[in-house]
Parts: sequence; C-alpha cells; structure tokens
Amino acid sequence: MALRTPLPPSLGDLGNRPSGRRTRPHWDRRRWPLAVSWGPGDAAERRPPRLLVVALVVAGLSLMTLDQVGGDDSPVDPVRSVVGEVVGPLEVAAGTVVRPLAAIPDFFTTRGSLRDDVAALEAENAALRDELATSDLDRSRLEQYDGLVAAARDQQGSIVPARVVAHGAAQTFTRTVTIDAGLTSGVRPDMTVVAAEGLVGRVIAATSTTATVLLIVDSDSTVGARVGRSSEVGFLSGNGSLTDPTRLDLELVDASAVPAEGDVVLTWGSAEGQGPYRAGVPIGTVTQLFSTPRDTTQRAIIDPFVDLSRLDVVGVYVPEGTASDRAVIGPDGEVR
Amino acid sequence: MTALRTGVTALAVLLAIVLQAALLPHVGWRGVVPNLCLLVVVAGALTRGAHFGVVLGFCAGLALDLAPPADHLAGRWALALMAVGLVAGLVRRDERPTIPVVLVTAAVASFVGASVFGLLGVVTGDPGVAVTDVLLAVVAGVAGDLIVAPLVLLPLMVLLTRFEPQRRLA
Repeated sequence: MALRTPLPPSLGDLGNRPSGRRTRPHWDRRRWPLAVSWGPGDAAERRPPRLLVVALVVAGLSLMTLDQVGGDDSPVDPVRSVVGEVVGPLEVAAGTVVRPLAAIPDFFTTRGSLRDDVAALEAENAALRDELATSDLDRSRLEQYDGLVAAARDQQGSIVPARVVAHGAAQTFTRTVTIDAGLTSGVRPDMTVVAAEGLVGRVIAATSTTATVLLIVDSDSTVGARVGRSSEVGFLSGNGSLTDPTRLDLELVDASAVPAEGDVVLTWGSAEGQGPYRAGVPIGTVTQLFSTPRDTTQRAIIDPFVDLSRLDVVGVYVPEGTASDRAVIGPDGEVR
Repeated sequence: MTALRTGVTALAVLLAIVLQAALLPHVGWRGVVPNLCLLVVVAGALTRGAHFGVVLGFCAGLALDLAPPADHLAGRWALALMAVGLVAGLVRRDERPTIPVVLVTAAVASFVGASVFGLLGVVTGDPGVAVTDVLLAVVAGVAGDLIVAPLVLLPLMVLLTRFEPQRRLA
C-alpha cells in the first residue's frame, strides 16, 4: 500500500526527524499521536483569508439561487447527472456487496424452510391484494363502456425490474432512493415506480446505470388519486416521514364526496408519455377522515400498501417495446 | 506530496458519500445516518487547519449535494460543511488535540453542520421542513456522528497526518 511506503529522503528536513514512532522524543502517550507540530502561531498562520470565506459563501448562495430559480431546467442538473454517472455505479457496487451482509441477521432469526414459505405467502398475498385493490375500480368502471377499454389497458404494461441500492438520509428531508436501473435499461424521468403491493413513486432523474426515485411520502410529491369505490378524484401528498406511521394526505376535489374508511385509492394517471403516473396503480387504503368547516375540501389519511421504509425490489413501468439491457416483464406476464 | 494528499482526501470523500448512501441506511435509526462526509471534513480541518477545512468542506459538501439520491437545492451541504470546516479548524491549536477534544469537536461540528443545512432549508422554504423536524434530525444526527466518530475520525486523522509536510517540532 502506498501509505506504508517510506518517504523519500529528499523531502526537506525529514531526515532530521528521528525515524520510527517509538523513538520520537516528544512523544506524550496521553496525546493523540499526530506527527504535526501544533506550535503557537499556527492559528494565525492557518486561519483562512476572509476573502476566501466570503467568496465560498457567495458561491454557495449563488448556486442555491441558480438551482432554486432554475426549477425543472436548473443549470445544476447537468452537473448533477455527471456526478451521478460517477457515483451511481459505485453505489450499485456497494449496494451489491452490502445486500448479503444486511441479510445476515435474517439467517439467524428465521429457518430456511419458513423463509421460503413466508416469501411464497407474501407473494401470493401481494397478488391477491393487487387483485382486490383493482377490482373496486374495475367494478365502477364497468358501468361505463369507455372505462372497459381503459381498464383493459391498465393491465397492459411493461415493467423493468430494479433493486433499491441507496437511500437519501433523513437529515436532508427529502425521501429519495437510488435504483440500479438507468437509461440503458430504458428508465427515463417521470416514469412510474411500483412494488409488488402498489405505488412507490416516480423517477426524477436517471443516469446511464442508476435512477433517482422520489417516493410518494416525500413532502414534494403530489399524486393525482382516485377513490376506487366512488371514482372521486383528489390529490395525494406525502408528509415526508417514513417511520412515524407512514401516511399520505388525500384532498378530494369534490367537498361533498365522503370516502369510506377502507376504500382503496388508486392513481388517477395521465396519458402515456404525458405525465408521471400510470393510471390504476393501487396506492393505499383510507384510514381516517377529516372535514373542517373552514376547509372547502374533504381530507383523508391514506395508509400506503407498500412499506416504503423496506423497499428492495421495485419495477419501473416503461412504454411497450422499450429497448433495455435487462429482462423486461411484458404485459402478458412473460419475461423477455 | 500535495497531489497525493489531495487524492487521498478526495478518495475519502468519495468513499464517505458512497458508504453513507449504500451501507449506513441498513444500520441507521429511523433513516438518520451518521454523516461520514462531515467527519472527513472535521478530520481534514483538525489536522490541517481552518484554511484547508473551509475549502475541503465546500468541495465535499458540493459533492454530497450533487451525488444521487440527493434532490435538495445544490449548495446547502456545501455551505453547511464549509461552516463545519471553519469551526473544526479554529479549535485550539497550540497543542496536539486529545481524543476528548477531537470527539467534542466532532459533536459541535455535527451540530453546526446539521443546523446550517436545516436552517437553509427553512429559509429557502423547503416544504418538508418544520423546525421540530430540524431539531430532531440534528439531535439524532449528532448522536450518530458521535457513535462512528472514534471509528472514522481517529484513523482518518492519522492517515491525513502522514501526508502532512513535516514541520520542525516546536
């Protein structure tokens, strides 16, 4: 290792220094062993020039201003994607190394056969939940002829599978994760990300090998939602918390519409390629209702189907026939 | 020597960013993870002083701002970690820091960094940020940083010291 290489003797007064740690004369065992001189005068010598501090503060503030004012076309975004191209693959590699290690506690707490049973039952449970969740919407739409066509199309979709490799820290107050599929897998910004149980979020940025996903619990996230039983539309926003009982606030457009507790909420969706969320993806169930006289709208608390604090395998809805460097799950359930 | 030192510091920052995003969430508490990047800045500032600390803090913060999955305004961590570098670099420098001094510096730096980051969020109107959230995240962040500080900070300081140009002992 380069660090252990002896320093070349040409480096100044290095030769004057007694070599080796044990023989250093000024050694004080109670002190943290640092070889640097910490003599008086250092403080003044190493204090940063005021101009430098001011320049860096101004640079930081202007960067924030640029990013803020730029909005979606922020000039910082290209830099962000370049950094993402470098750091993304490293995060994927680290995530691959870490995943088996993170699973070690499971080996001790669960027997292998029980694990398999649980996995099979969970998959079955997710499938049944999904079926149940969409059946309310399907039933209400069957009453309208045109809804039949839309509902049929809801089942049609290609999904690129991906794994979550990195999580944003809670200190940053944004709820984002990195997944290990990017532009080369056909993932583009504004695509819908789902887990087996329901909606996870949407892609907000993609590099060639990774993509950043904004979770629906992020306080910036707004999802057009529809109550399955009544077809009432509203807007669903997150509260930024993954761990307090995860919850989403649903605000219905029609103040007279009252959803019932237990109603399933699905995405309202937008036309293919026009907006971020696909139609008819289950989000969660109504758990609490609020109606204040001051507000002109109904508020409901939604409990999402997906446990967003334990995301692992997710899927990204891609358009039919997207070129991808990995297996894509087709609308008929086949892998190609 | 300078190039090697810069390289090692940059490598430490990169490693900190990757581990912070990919490894630590598995061991974090309620999503709050120790801020390794901040500890790298503290280590750099403690060994080389405030001048180096300010520059290192700005660069490391900028990297943290831009690396996925960050989605906040770019420049927030840059300013926060710059403050960290300044504070840690101005620690009493008439003698070698003892281990308690290093740990207290890390705690203060963590508090300053998380507070500046949080308050910049409040000032710029980040919708997810309430003052109580900031306080909770700051306290939990300081605790997390203190837990990993002995593991990260001390070896890093020894490492960075090796690349320090030798000065005559006082």
